[in-house]
Amino acid sequence: MSSTLAEKIISEHVGREVKPGEIVVTGVDVTALQDGTGPLAILQLEELGMVQAHKPEKTILFIDHAAPSPRKELSNAHMSLRDFAAKTGAVLSEINEGVCHQRLVESYASPGDILIGADSHTCTSGALAAFSTGMGSTDVGIGIATGKTWLKVPETLRVEITGTFARGVYAKDLILHLIGEIGADGATYMALEFTGPGAKAMTMSERFTLSNMAVEAGAKTGLFASDEATRAWLDEHGREEDFRELEADPNAEYTRTVQIDSGSLDPTVSAPHTVDNTMTAAAAAGTRVHQVFIGTCTNGRIEDLRIAADILRGRQRNPGTRLIVTPASRTVYMQAASEGLLADFAAAGALVTGPGCGACVGVHGGILGDGEVCMATQNRNFQGRLGNAEAFIWLGSPATAAATALAGEIVDPREYLR
Amino acid sequence: MILRGKAWKFGDSISTDHIAPGRYFHLRTNLPELAKHVLEDANPEFASQMAPGDFVVAGRNFGLGSSREHAPRIIKIAGANAVLAQSFARIFFRNSINVGLPVLEIDTSGIEQGDELEVDLGSGTVRNVTRDQTLTFAPLPPVMVKILNDGGLVEHFKKYGDFNLEA
Repeated sequence: MSSTLAEKIISEHVGREVKPGEIVVTGVDVTALQDGTGPLAILQLEELGMVQAHKPEKTILFIDHAAPSPRKELSNAHMSLRDFAAKTGAVLSEINEGVCHQRLVESYASPGDILIGADSHTCTSGALAAFSTGMGSTDVGIGIATGKTWLKVPETLRVEITGTFARGVYAKDLILHLIGEIGADGATYMALEFTGPGAKAMTMSERFTLSNMAVEAGAKTGLFASDEATRAWLDEHGREEDFRELEADPNAEYTRTVQIDSGSLDPTVSAPHTVDNTMTAAAAAGTRVHQVFIGTCTNGRIEDLRIAADILRGRQRNPGTRLIVTPASRTVYMQAASEGLLADFAAAGALVTGPGCGACVGVHGGILGDGEVCMATQNRNFQGRLGNAEAFIWLGSPATAAATALAGEIVDPREYLR
Repeated sequence: MILRGKAWKFGDSISTDHIAPGRYFHLRTNLPELAKHVLEDANPEFASQMAPGDFVVAGRNFGLGSSREHAPRIIKIAGANAVLAQSFARIFFRNSINVGLPVLEIDTSGIEQGDELEVDLGSGTVRNVTRDQTLTFAPLPPVMVKILNDGGLVEHFKKYGDFNLEA
């Protein structure tokens, strides 16, 4: 039988060939909690008398959503994660380390792994050919304690990518375009698999942006085959031994194939309040913007910051538009500092924050006022997402966001490239 | 078992940010307080005016977004009997079963705000008493029926000490 990447990884774990629709109980290799979902998972394990970690070195507790803590209730939630780590030997990722998904791809997820995390964007690690998926606190808590979970083997929707991006068009534009095409529930309960010469040619940073947003089409995970780019990424992060080559079988059966020619895309944005509400940046041009936010697990990597800095360097943000830049992790932060990017941002009038989820979750660090409009590089623009249901969030690439900060209104970033 | 209550009608694409808004992030360790704000950004009157046993009735892709299990938990804590929707997002659906909240995929287009409903989980039917209509819903996968009948995943583990998912 021929298997898709998702089927292949699950089959390896359960020791037999699986088919879409089957329910399996499987071992998990990496488990993750964050400060919004972790305390509830720990409560469930306490109730079960199972305060334990099956693989403590691969159980990671991230303090990233409210880091550093803006209020005492959250400080106490952080204490429960620290306490659980101390009791079980699980790894604690402190307030300075950054967003869980970026940390997972830097240090923990490997090709062929099954990874479950209590955060919906856990699908990000799919770019490393890991079957990684978001679940709730109880599911992940049980996974931590027992090393197991149950899964329905998903059907796979193949996204076949050809062509190369035109200047000023990026992976973020492609994934927003795709979600606009298939809809926010276009891949519910499926795995996405990104294939074709366009996928093969992508950098790891671009792949992470695509995989990160698989859940915005309803998908369980968003997979890439592993190849030399994967090997180079792992090597760069001191994990060359974690590499293995993994790809779908040539005759694997896909539920549906969607073809995208990267060369045909324009800078794309999502309008409030759903991710699939897409249009070109040019079509949205002129929309007044009060805040621009560059960062997150979607677009807070060094490559993203370089794209934004190239547009912002030596220029000034529009006086009516605040600009917040949040590197995704400590590693990204240090690299950006050594390249002078953080100084470029500050000189252009940005507030540069420490690494973390930052404003994206609406907890702190950039909550919008009533009627205000934000252009963000994050993955979600739901009503209330930035802490105020009376505000409006647009999504775009780092280039679109940087150019918008200069113009004070949404613009096609190609007008600002140098 | 027959569940009886009134319909609270919501639209398509009700996200976990509508159900459990991020601005109440600090209340995630205080679920009874968080439940006072359930679905606040979709209908500010819901939490204060719903009666125990009422139903959340919605359109497509209910619960899209975050993995926050707090979302189905506070719908349950607020007293809703079940959620009926055209379709559900994956993580919300799974979380609901894990916390023991029935979630039913059914054509909700003919149900209006305030309609009196009777839901029979066993036979898979919803009777709209107000409109004198009967609808059927697709049964849950056997694995989910098992977890739901056990009272959620924690109760399932208390009972068996492990996954025991054969139907």
